[in-house]
Amino acid sequence: MKTEEAQAARKAWMGLLAKASPEQLAELWSGLGAEPDFTWLRPPEIGGVMVRGRMGGTGAPFNLGEMTVTRCAVSLDGGAVGHGYVQGRDKHHAEIAAKVDALMQGEMADVVERSILTPLRDTQTATKTARAAKAAATKVDFFTLARGED
Amino acid sequence: MYVAVKGGERAIDNAHAWLAEERRGDTTIPEMSVGQIREQMALAVNRVMAEGSLYDPDLAALAIKQSRGDLIEAVFLMRAYRTTLPRFGYSEAIETAEMACDRRISATFKDAPGGQVLGPTFDYTHRLLDFKLAADGEVSEAATATPRQEATPHITTFLKGEDIIQDEPQSDAVPGDLTREPMSYPAGRALRLQALARGDEGFTLGLAYSTQRGYGRNHAFVGELRIGKVAVEMEIPELGFAIEIGEVELTECETVNQFTGSKTEPPQFTRGYGLIFGQSERKAISMALVDRALRWEELGEDNLGAIAQDEEFVLSHSDNIQATGFLEHIKLPHYVDFQAELELVRKLRAEAEANLAASEPAQEAAE
Repeated sequence: MKTEEAQAARKAWMGLLAKASPEQLAELWSGLGAEPDFTWLRPPEIGGVMVRGRMGGTGAPFNLGEMTVTRCAVSLDGGAVGHGYVQGRDKHHAEIAAKVDALMQGEMADVVERSILTPLRDTQTATKTARAAKAAATKVDFFTLARGED
Repeated sequence: MYVAVKGGERAIDNAHAWLAEERRGDTTIPEMSVGQIREQMALAVNRVMAEGSLYDPDLAALAIKQSRGDLIEAVFLMRAYRTTLPRFGYSEAIETAEMACDRRISATFKDAPGGQVLGPTFDYTHRLLDFKLAADGEVSEAATATPRQEATPHITTFLKGEDIIQDEPQSDAVPGDLTREPMSYPAGRALRLQALARGDEGFTLGLAYSTQRGYGRNHAFVGELRIGKVAVEMEIPELGFAIEIGEVELTECETVNQFTGSKTEPPQFTRGYGLIFGQSERKAISMALVDRALRWEELGEDNLGAIAQDEEFVLSHSDNIQATGFLEHIKLPHYVDFQAELELVRKLRAEAEANLAASEPAQEAAE
């Protein structure tokens, strides 16, 4: 059970890092001021992932088209291994994501959560909410005209 | 006789240098940045991503700048770049039911749960040129309302309860990938959808329009059209579980088609499906209509001989990079081919003249 929770938490922060704006992440990372010693297990590499859709939205899968992804893996001197899989072609983005992933598995987890993940989550929520609010304002309210039968 | 020659390097270099200058245009006008194209020419960027079959708005904006706005040339640049990328893998199938919808409309159900959300649309505009845009117009802020929290389910799910719409067959079969194996026919629906998703918008629109005009008629309603962002998940082998690797903006169209039944299927509504990278509802609707027309065989319909029912014709001609590559190559030097043709026609003509000369004295004698 413990490992399932840990896995869900890791899945959540990796997804957050993948979708983060590279500029914001870089700024938050330099704000943290941590420059852990590390070795590359896999240096940053740009590649493509084939995105799959479903026929009719719910049926069997088909290949829709590719997206760019950058990945890398680091090993911190303490032994923690971090993976970065991020959208786009920014190698620095992937590097920071991998280091954050590694730090989140160690003693610095609380600090990293507070100073990097929380602000990223707040930004993503705010962006999403702002769009949803504009969409909501374009929702049609139908009304029935008096038919004049009486 | 033709003698092979070399040359043209200097002319080519100079032509490319001039192209670069023409691309920049009048230097008293500020240069456009890639970011400006990405943000202000977003629908062109979307089209280049969709037909380039690669989701990356910055790259598509760069391609548009480099191609001077020639979108097919920009698609070509995207496709060429794509071939240099190692393939990390295939995503899990995305869940469009969980889309954060900017727009979601239905032409069939007025009171669909979730409502009719117009989003940033050209619909209902007067299509009059707005000269305020030519001046430095300030943009007023869009209105907001309380965002909806609940999910927006697909509209076809409401028809399913009544069993009056054809169910989408479920399968976990690995779909074919036309970027990995050459097409062979019959292709099947998975490959058809992949090819249509990256096919030329104009070609797909023309075919879809032909079905509306009666060439393979299948009367379509737009059951649902939605635009918004969807998360993409991929299983990471070194982790042993799937994570979100990003999100893509998509346009999805589901058509609901009247169907009076066939030898194998009862009367019911059938479906056509369109899914496109970015915001492109013209293409998504077109794709759904062509998808539906191509399904004639699996639904036991008659082949009416319409072009939009001919899978091989449609899929072999939908790709604008294949098409333009073959079309435009005929402007490149064909000096040797043409020299051979010239020799042949000269020879045939000489023979024809000789035959004519040989028959003339006989004709005169007969007269």
